[in-house]
Amino acid sequence: MGERFYVSAPPHIKSKYDARYIMHQVIIALIPPTIAGIVFFGGRAVLVLLISVLSSIFWERIILRIKGEKRPLDGSEIVTGLLLGLNLSPLAPWWIPVIGTFVAIVLAKELFGGLGFNIFNPALIARAFLLVSWPMEMTTWMSPFNGITQATPLTLLKLQHSYTPYINLFLGNRGGCIGETSVLALLIGAGYLFYRGVIDWKIPIPYVLTVGVLALIFKQDPLFHIMAGGLILGAFFMATDYTTTPITKLGRIIFGVSCGVITILIRLFGGYPEGVSFSILFMNAMTPLLDRWTIPKPFGYRTLGRNV
Amino acid sequence: MKRLLRPLINGILKENPILILMIGLCPALAVSSAAMNGIYMGLAATFVLVGSNLIISLIRKIVPDQIRIPIFITVIATFVTIVDMVMHAYAPDMYKILGIFIPLIVVNCIILGRAEAFAYHNGVIESIGDGIGMGLGFTFILVVLGGIRELLGNGTLFGLQVMPPSYKPVLLMILPPGAFLTIGFLQAIQRYRGGKS
Repeated sequence: MGERFYVSAPPHIKSKYDARYIMHQVIIALIPPTIAGIVFFGGRAVLVLLISVLSSIFWERIILRIKGEKRPLDGSEIVTGLLLGLNLSPLAPWWIPVIGTFVAIVLAKELFGGLGFNIFNPALIARAFLLVSWPMEMTTWMSPFNGITQATPLTLLKLQHSYTPYINLFLGNRGGCIGETSVLALLIGAGYLFYRGVIDWKIPIPYVLTVGVLALIFKQDPLFHIMAGGLILGAFFMATDYTTTPITKLGRIIFGVSCGVITILIRLFGGYPEGVSFSILFMNAMTPLLDRWTIPKPFGYRTLGRNV
Repeated sequence: MKRLLRPLINGILKENPILILMIGLCPALAVSSAAMNGIYMGLAATFVLVGSNLIISLIRKIVPDQIRIPIFITVIATFVTIVDMVMHAYAPDMYKILGIFIPLIVVNCIILGRAEAFAYHNGVIESIGDGIGMGLGFTFILVVLGGIRELLGNGTLFGLQVMPPSYKPVLLMILPPGAFLTIGFLQAIQRYRGGKS
């Protein structure tokens, strides 16, 4: 027993799960979808992702300088930049990711107080901003490998009532955002996050199941609705953001189910073909209410009232 | 002259209704999608503001305290009706754009607020000065707000093409969220400057 005992104030157990560790895990988990996107969409995808991540780091440094905060970057800006890039069309012009990361980092994150204080998921705010501002540039998709413009499976469903084969949806051989197409790669990344304990099942699984069940109720193909569009990317990588989702168990399940309901409503009855990003943003706004509403009762706690 | 000027300058800068007092935000957000709208809306409000401040400061001694608000509203509504009819006759295009927001000047917080907070307690000259100052402050912010939104969201300024043709306008800026964003930035700049001095 040659070791010395240090006497210090609590907490004594230090977890390795700090912001930087978690962000690095998310970056690792995003590698498979990134590779899949690059394989399917080639050099254009590399360009969009690269501009996205670099401009994200750039804006973070600028805003930290303006705010006069001297702290090292924690990796969250890389995650935001990468997620935004994965949410863009490979045909997006170069200024789309630059403006998008400005909105994400400066408007949605740092002006609200930085990581941990933002109300909305920064990458999704940026995506919504871009989608509303430049509908043309944001919804021109390309078909994999050859660069011909092509609609996404959900748009094809909405306009022509044609279904894309499962195998193409699963592997990613279809039009869409860089990161949303390959369900296989996304599930590998999500599996890694589960394995590392970074995300839990309480939001993504209810979210995906709700979409499937509702699709069945509305006489649609449930597997198609689960694999098409950005549902897997949104459910496992966006709706699991710590800051903008509830912390209570019940709150998280309600969050996931509500996201699913809104997604299906937008897809089937709304003007946009896809509703994942708007559903998550909408539920982000509900997060404080859900948290307050679902505070768990401590053991042995009972309300004094009628029975006293 | 000093009695006129002090409240006038006060209204434009130190107590700007939008940036400092944070009243009258609804029309500011709603009609500021172009700089020209701002001028018309601002001038209409200024006219009503000066007129109502003038009348209310004249009659403040004989207005019973309990029913002052209905009386204020009646006075304000009179001037709004004048503006409404004049704009309908002489600026029909702008009347169509501003639409419901012209009649809604009746319940504009700035006008009722200044009647209650200033004209009801001050003399005629000061009240006119306050009306002009508040009105110009309101107009100024509306034009800045409308200008920024029009420039970014449409590439034009007062209807003239300013941005190069290759510029892709930020559609969001002329939609309601653009108004909230821009006004947030204007207020942030104001606070930042105020905090420094």
